[in-house]
Amino acid sequence: MTSLQAYLLLSALLFAIGLAGALARRNAIIVLIGIELMLNAANLNFIAFWRFGPNPEALTGVLFAIFSIGIAAAEAAVGLALVISIYRHQKTTDLGQVDSLKG
Amino acid sequence: MVNEPMATLIVLASLTLAGALAAMWLRNLVHCALALAVSLAGLAAVYLQLDAQFVGFAQLLVYVGAVAILIVFAILLTRGSEPHPQPILSSTWLVGAGVAVAVFAVFAWGILSSKAVKQEAAPAPATTVAQLGNQLMTHYILPLEVLGLLLTSALIGAVLIAMQERRPR
Repeated sequence: MTSLQAYLLLSALLFAIGLAGALARRNAIIVLIGIELMLNAANLNFIAFWRFGPNPEALTGVLFAIFSIGIAAAEAAVGLALVISIYRHQKTTDLGQVDSLKG
Repeated sequence: MVNEPMATLIVLASLTLAGALAAMWLRNLVHCALALAVSLAGLAAVYLQLDAQFVGFAQLLVYVGAVAILIVFAILLTRGSEPHPQPILSSTWLVGAGVAVAVFAVFAWGILSSKAVKQEAAPAPATTVAQLGNQLMTHYILPLEVLGLLLTSALIGAVLIAMQERRPR
């Protein structure tokens, strides 16, 4: 196993853990944490492919990862504001109980 | 016998994965947020090991510094730190875990069988923060401005969503 494969496997494991948490947990905040883990797994892929790619002087992977981190920060702020807003209206962060739109 | 970078990677990867697993597994939400901070710090160390110093420190500042604190605030504002007796897993958790395992299996199969990812590391590129800044201010100036606009609007939007609504009389 080469090092690039090791980094990609770490990234895949991180993505799978985040996906499992986002799909299986009830609490909306934990679901957001899972989404953050998945975004970080994608960032690790960018950095690993930049480092092992044929042209690391171009800095494309690093800059893409920096932009991705910035966008993830915006996503976290809006997502947590939504969770707080839902909590204010429904008095719960349990996703199984937020079902007033269910047909 | 594993070489030195691989040994470092194994230590950092186990720290990152243990933090991620704890963040998804623990019952107390505050513990989950702290485990997430550990996992993200481990990932920042992995970036440092990959010679991406600026991204590593940006990860520390943005994720461990800001996002983890934001999550702790949200937990406290929604009283998630108080223990509650309901189950922590949703009723369809088995399907979710199955989907995650299937996704990982496909990823692992692709990674381990592809010929494109067999190459070893080239010598470390000498990237400086000055180079990154030059690129950001010249070639990537438009994405940078758009990102600034996005962050501003996200900030205003988050404040508006979370603001206490005035009761109609």
